Amino acid sequence: MTDKRVVITGAGTVNALGHNVDQTLEAMREGRCGIGPLKVRDVERLAVQIGAQVQDFGAEQIFNRQQMALFDRFTQFALVAAREAIAQAGLNFHGDLSAKSGVVLGNSGGGMQTLDENYRTVYEDGKNRVHPFVVPKLMNNAAASHVSMEFNLKGPSFTVSSACASSNHAMAQAFQMVRAGMAPVMITGGAESMLCFGGVKAWEGLRVMSKDACRPFSANRSGMVQGEGAGVFVFEELAHAQARGAEILAEVVGFAMSSDAADIVMPSKQGAARAIAGALENAGISRDQVGYINAHGTGTAANDKTECSAVADVFGPHADDLMISSTKSMHGHLIGGTGAVELLACIMAVRDGVVAPTIGYEEADPECALDVVPNEAREAKVDVALSNAFAFGGLNAVLALRRF
Amino acid sequence: MSVQDKVIEIIAEQAVLETSDVTLESSLEDLGIDSLGLVESIFAIEEAFDISVPFNANEPTASDFDISSVASIVSGIEKLIAEQT
Repeated sequence: MTDKRVVITGAGTVNALGHNVDQTLEAMREGRCGIGPLKVRDVERLAVQIGAQVQDFGAEQIFNRQQMALFDRFTQFALVAAREAIAQAGLNFHGDLSAKSGVVLGNSGGGMQTLDENYRTVYEDGKNRVHPFVVPKLMNNAAASHVSMEFNLKGPSFTVSSACASSNHAMAQAFQMVRAGMAPVMITGGAESMLCFGGVKAWEGLRVMSKDACRPFSANRSGMVQGEGAGVFVFEELAHAQARGAEILAEVVGFAMSSDAADIVMPSKQGAARAIAGALENAGISRDQVGYINAHGTGTAANDKTECSAVADVFGPHADDLMISSTKSMHGHLIGGTGAVELLACIMAVRDGVVAPTIGYEEADPECALDVVPNEAREAKVDVALSNAFAFGGLNAVLALRRF
Repeated sequence: MSVQDKVIEIIAEQAVLETSDVTLESSLEDLGIDSLGLVESIFAIEEAFDISVPFNANEPTASDFDISSVASIVSGIEKLIAEQT
């Protein structure tokens, strides 16, 4: 059986830059920063007091009381993003389409807000009873399950957890299913909400978090800043999309995954390079077609130097011609949801010809001597864009999008 | 136990060595302590002396806490104890 072509026909998001795709892309074009003072309980006991939080989300106005009792914040983000994506695609799932289509979402921490609140209840407040829905609220697959329930998606649905690469691994699964003809449509992306006392406290321990700003590729970088939110997409078989006259945002042309098999936190250049080169091979595209890479770009010394070196190795002289930016400088690091929000920057590059900047860039780093699109977005015709994700645990996943 | 003896004990345990193998001139690298081992050692030091060590793995030279040798770590901790108590 020949491979099907896979296109994106809907996109949705909630993140620190906006409550939908238009707001988010506008913020990326303007190089706006979504990072600010963290508003969480007991923030004064945290060493890191900044984050890219979703502002004025208003969950109580979006969901009813019964839903609020069941939806952790990461599930709320996923549902709002899925509603936007599926509305844009204009799809209704029933009959054969419903039976075959599913949801694959990335997530790393599960319902961290629910865990944090309920640990307080039993450990800090000494209570011996918690709300009956703690388990269905905190499980990592809650978001994927609620999306499947709301939209009547009865095909393959599950959650992929590979830390910071979760969303890219999830979207790679969805892409494979549509390409193989298993499902005409897959809903995919990721969601995360770890910005709570326990979530940030755990991250502080590794001493890789910045206390002031996220400045990827800048010599004076001081670490990563955590964000929260979701990105959800409709991946659809091209013929299916064309038969119903759907608007096509971009084509997904390839992906690759690799494992460093080396260290639980330190990244490997070889592992990253194998994933990047593998995605090009899988997509059947040559190196010089790639105009933009949305970097993993965490703003840690370990990632940024390794990633730039891997890109230089894979692309050779063409590394100096392409653009590579880290939008984490604006929306923070969404951990298991990050690749999904970052795919929006790739769509903007190939569809709109606008490349999102790396903001907060102040000093050139000779070990990151690539065109990192410093501080201001740029207009450029981009044929192919890659999205990198390199997770703790040495798990790498790279996706390739092409202008349609 | 002196600050120096306690630091050497912590570093020796991290490096899986005898305390007699850890000298003041040793660097963490000489002792086979990697970046994760360093972060774990600093945590153990903070717990042992009830201090907060200003160390960010992204900019190890940004603070004046010098980790280049066991001796420099000991003097850095003595300074922090004096400042933070």
